[in-house]
Order: sequence, then structure tokens, then C-alpha cells
Amino acid sequence: MNLSEYRSKELIAQFGVPIPQGRFAQTAAEAEARARELSAKKYVVKAQIAAGGRGLAGGIKFAATPSQVSDEAGRLIGTKLVTEQTGKDGETIAGVYVEEAVDIADQAYASFVLDPKTGAPTLLASAKGGVAFEELARMDEGAVQSLELSADTANLSKFLEKLGLSKVDALASLLKKAKTAFLENDLLLLEINPLALTKSGDWLAVDAKITLDGNALFRHPALEGLSDGETMTANERAAHENEINFVKLDGNIGVVVNGAGLGLATNDMIIDAGGRPANFMDIRTTATSFQIAKGVELLLEDPQVKAILLNVHGGGMTVCDTVAEGVAFAYSRSDRKLPLVARLAGQNEDWARKILKDRMLPVESHPSISQAIAAVVAKSSGRAV
Amino acid sequence: MAILIDESTRVIVQGMTGRSGTFYTDQGMRYGSQYVGGVRPGKGGTKHLGLPMFNTVAEAVAETGATASLVMVPAHSAADAILEGIAAKLDVIVCVTERVPQHDMSRVKQALAASETVLVGPNSQGLLTPGACKIGVMPTGSAKPGPVGIASRSASLASEILAQCSAADLGQTTTVGIGGDALHGIGFVDCLKRFKNDDETKAVVLIGEIGGREEDEVAEYLSSETYGKPVIALVVGRHAITERKMGHAGTLSMFKSSTASEKEALLKAAGVHIAKDADAVVSCIQAVL
Repeated sequence: MNLSEYRSKELIAQFGVPIPQGRFAQTAAEAEARARELSAKKYVVKAQIAAGGRGLAGGIKFAATPSQVSDEAGRLIGTKLVTEQTGKDGETIAGVYVEEAVDIADQAYASFVLDPKTGAPTLLASAKGGVAFEELARMDEGAVQSLELSADTANLSKFLEKLGLSKVDALASLLKKAKTAFLENDLLLLEINPLALTKSGDWLAVDAKITLDGNALFRHPALEGLSDGETMTANERAAHENEINFVKLDGNIGVVVNGAGLGLATNDMIIDAGGRPANFMDIRTTATSFQIAKGVELLLEDPQVKAILLNVHGGGMTVCDTVAEGVAFAYSRSDRKLPLVARLAGQNEDWARKILKDRMLPVESHPSISQAIAAVVAKSSGRAV
Repeated sequence: MAILIDESTRVIVQGMTGRSGTFYTDQGMRYGSQYVGGVRPGKGGTKHLGLPMFNTVAEAVAETGATASLVMVPAHSAADAILEGIAAKLDVIVCVTERVPQHDMSRVKQALAASETVLVGPNSQGLLTPGACKIGVMPTGSAKPGPVGIASRSASLASEILAQCSAADLGQTTTVGIGGDALHGIGFVDCLKRFKNDDETKAVVLIGEIGGREEDEVAEYLSSETYGKPVIALVVGRHAITERKMGHAGTLSMFKSSTASEKEALLKAAGVHIAKDADAVVSCIQAVL
């Protein structure tokens, strides 16, 4: 769950991290009005999407006057911005952040993460920040240094000095505030880039990005619903609300699987066998038959889907009959009787097969995953029905 | 023999009186494991499923000689339950709870680093030493004792592979569900070290997937070590679309995770036998045993 720049900066500003003056706007006219409020010497108009790489992709524009701000905002808002981090489809620019342009003397990079190995809150920093940081970090891994953050931050200034940065005490003070924001909001990532030293000698967070921990939002009700750049489709969201992880893919074989690992394994095998999955599915252990039915309905409603593969290994939590009930319920409510290939194993597999048979679903069962996949691939490609 | 748990393991359940806690404690006892008590603040002195209840883990350990715990509490209190188990010096803590906040796990990881306790999970199906002890939520019907050690990041795929192994008469010493979360307790390398020292384990199966660095670390470990036992790996997600990551290359390069195919290549170079898909694991084990 990512926050775009303006929300990220608003959040860290609450913890005392200095940021340039700026305002969010959703239309060109609004952008112009915001610029007039700021009455700066020069402005920056920044596309608000929840991904990085905006500078190189043309998402950040300078403007000398409020009317130029309006022009730039008009050109950006509503268009799709494709950056290195958005994927090929890009992300629609819903608004811009109009900011006072800062005279930058030097740029650094800083981010806060939990070290994936030790779990410790860790600061990553580099003396070379800005838009070129991406490339630099890729070429030279030594360009970024890490510091494990203990409660005692006495070593922070020394670390920054070693990186070759100046005005380290002011910078350390900024980073300590950022660290508090990172810890107190359960952030998974807080990235400040560039961290700018102005010509007048102050450190400012000129850009920031935040990734929230969806599992910790119960502690932060104010952050709930703030996530930007939500890439979930309506179907994916419907599935999520029904305890099913669902990702739409562009194939024609609907896939019903319990568990993420088995789901990944199943899709690998379908593609290896020459088939094309229409989706990735992971039925969460908490899903009921009715919720599973919702997931199956999404597949039955998809005109691209030609056949459905049911691959379930009944475990200690999700048992086969729960899934079979869900599938049977979805079929009973749909006019589309797509061929169903079932491979049921583990807890209550016989019971599940009986349910599918008794409800007269167009089902054929196979004992192994490979056999079931061969059958469903054949059906989806119009061979041997 | 086995790793982590065996017939002498004495288990308490944190959160035993809840619906899931009750169900899986009952199942564990029916399997023949030694469940010796439960913890639930306020229920000390009562009995549940015929077992004594305690207010704290420390009391439960002092009274019952428990060596392991199953954590079945809600996500918001999972870290505190684990920390309580670490403070009481339990040997093994299995945490089944899903959706534990990562900053909570940050605290847990730091406490683990200063202790001898092994944490399995969170978001794990648990530990199973067939015929001896079950701590977790996995099915037991298809498990049987034998020479294969299994460690898996995925519960569903572990059930599948385990059932296929047993059907081919390849029983298991112990199955470890290391859990699907980014910050977790025991990892593949620690499992491998334990299986190495277990005489009954003749081959080890690792069930990995895209994301994280577990498989990469296995490759590093096996490249610098004479392991002496065959290791078979299945890495799923070869055709998965990679998750969109935010953050700059600098952050990502520090914490880079390889694709499934890259992981396979690294493991192969370190001498691991790669099963091409979920149906190929058994033949892979048969070929090397």
C-alpha cells in the first residue's frame, strides 16, 4: 500500500521533517490558485502517482509563473504516466503537487526499512541523491550505505559524515524525526529522495514515498483508505473482500486453487503445458463456501474463460468439500456451464467429488495435477471436448 | 530422531480457549502429541480440554515443564505472545497467526537474536514429526515416518508434496512450515543445518517460491559447505508476473530478491537437485536416494 508524494510529505511533516511549501491540486485552475497562494519565485508541478521514476518520465515540470503552473498541470492531470516503476500500463495522474522550487546545492538519498534478515530498523543513505540515483545505485552497490538504527542515534552524525555529507548535525536531526515517523506509523518503507541541501544551508525533504503495512492499519485508523495508485481491478477487489487473493491474467483457463504456493505451482504447470491461465487464485484459509462461490462466479462471468481447473489439496484448514460446495453454488447461479476439470486431494476429497457429481456439474476428475492440467489445456484450446 | 520436536516435546497452547485454539489443540492431542497446558490471561486455575490453564507462559512452563508452544492468538497480540514465550526460554515456538504487523516482527526478531528459542512462523502451518508430535494446523492423514526432511514456505504446497511422498512410500522425519511472511523465524538454512545433524534424515526437500532471499541463502550455504545429503528443491512462480515494487534501485539492490528461475540456477550451481514442477518432486527424491 503506497502513498504518493504529497501524502507522504504531509505525514513526515507532522513529525517535524522540513519540507518545501506546497499544495495539492486536482485541476489546472486549482493548481494556478494554489501557486498564487504560495507566491514563490519559481514553481515545480509534480504528477502525483504512487511510483518513483517520475523525473525521468516527464512527470515533474518547472514553471515560472502561476499561469505556467496551470498549463503544466493541465498537460499532466488525467494522462497516464509510464515510469520504470509503474509497469507498461502506467498510472493515471489524478492530481499534481504544486511546490515552491528549491535552489538545491547538494542532493542526498535516505530511506528507512526493516532489514529483511535481522528485522532491525535500518537507514540506507547515499551522498548522491536525485533522479540519477536509480542508475547510480544499480551500477555501484557501494554508493548506498546502511546503518542499523538503535534507540541511541549518537552514531548517526558520524555515519553521515563518512558518507561525505555536510551540515551533518542538521541532517541527523531531520533523519531522527523521519525515523520517528517510520517507527510510529508502522511504515515498511519511507524514502526521501532527494534530500536536498538548499543554497541557504538547510536540509529539506524534497520528495518522499511511503509504503504502509496493511496488517498494521488497525493501529493507524487515520491512515486507512489513504493508499494511492491502487492497481486492483473491480474483480480483484471483489475477490479480496471474499477472502480470496485474485489476480487477473490474460489467458482462458479459470483457476481455482487453495493456497498461494499451490496456486503458483499450478500456473507454472499450466503454462509449461502450453495453456494460458486466466487468473491466479489463492483461497485464504478463512474463506467460506459462499466466499469461494464469489471467486468462481468471477471466472464464470469472464467471457474469455473457456474452461475451469479446480486444483485443491485439502489441508488442515481448507478442506476439499468447502471448495466443492463453493464451486457447485457458483455453477447453480450461472447459465454458463463451463467444462470443469477437478483434481481433488487430501482432506475430504471423496466427499468433494461426490458433491460435484451429485450437483451434476460438467466435471471430469483426474488423480494428478499433471493429468488434470493436460485435460484442461486440451479443453481450453478446443481440442477433444 | 527428528528435528525440533519429537515424542518428548511438551506443548502448551497460547490462545487455547479460542475456537481455533480449541480445535487444533484437540487435533494435536488426538495425534498423540504431549499437550500439557494452555495459556489465557484470566483463565489461570481452570481446565480446558482436560488440561490446566495458566495466566502466563512462565507459570505454565514452571508447572508443566513445557518445552514448546503453539501461538494461536489474534494478529495484534501475536508478537507479545511470542515475546512471552521467548522470555520463558521455550525451545520452540510455532506461530500460526497470519497478518502479523512487520514492526511487531522487528521486535520479535531482535529478541530472538539474543535467545536460544527457535521461532517457526508466523503465518506457518507448523511442525510435524509423523507419529510423534504435531504442533500446528497441517493435516496429518497423509504423513508417515521415513527418511525425508521437508521445509516449505507454502502450507498448501507442502501438504501436496508430503502426500505425494507418502504415497510413494517416502515418509518424513519432520516437516517444517517456515511461513510465508517477509520477517519470520527459522529459515531454510537453519532447517538444513538441523536436518544435516539428524541421522534419520537421508534427503531434504525445500519448497520455495518467488520473493525473499531464502533460496539465495541456501545456495550460499551449500556452496560453502560439504552437506553430505541430497537436497531437492521446488521453486514455484516461474511464470508469475512480478509484483510491483516501490522504492528506488538502491533500496532494492540492498534487498534484492531473485526470480524463480534465478533461484533455480543458483541452487543448481550449489548442487541442489531441481524438481521441474510439483509432480516431479517424488521422482527427484527417488533418483537420489
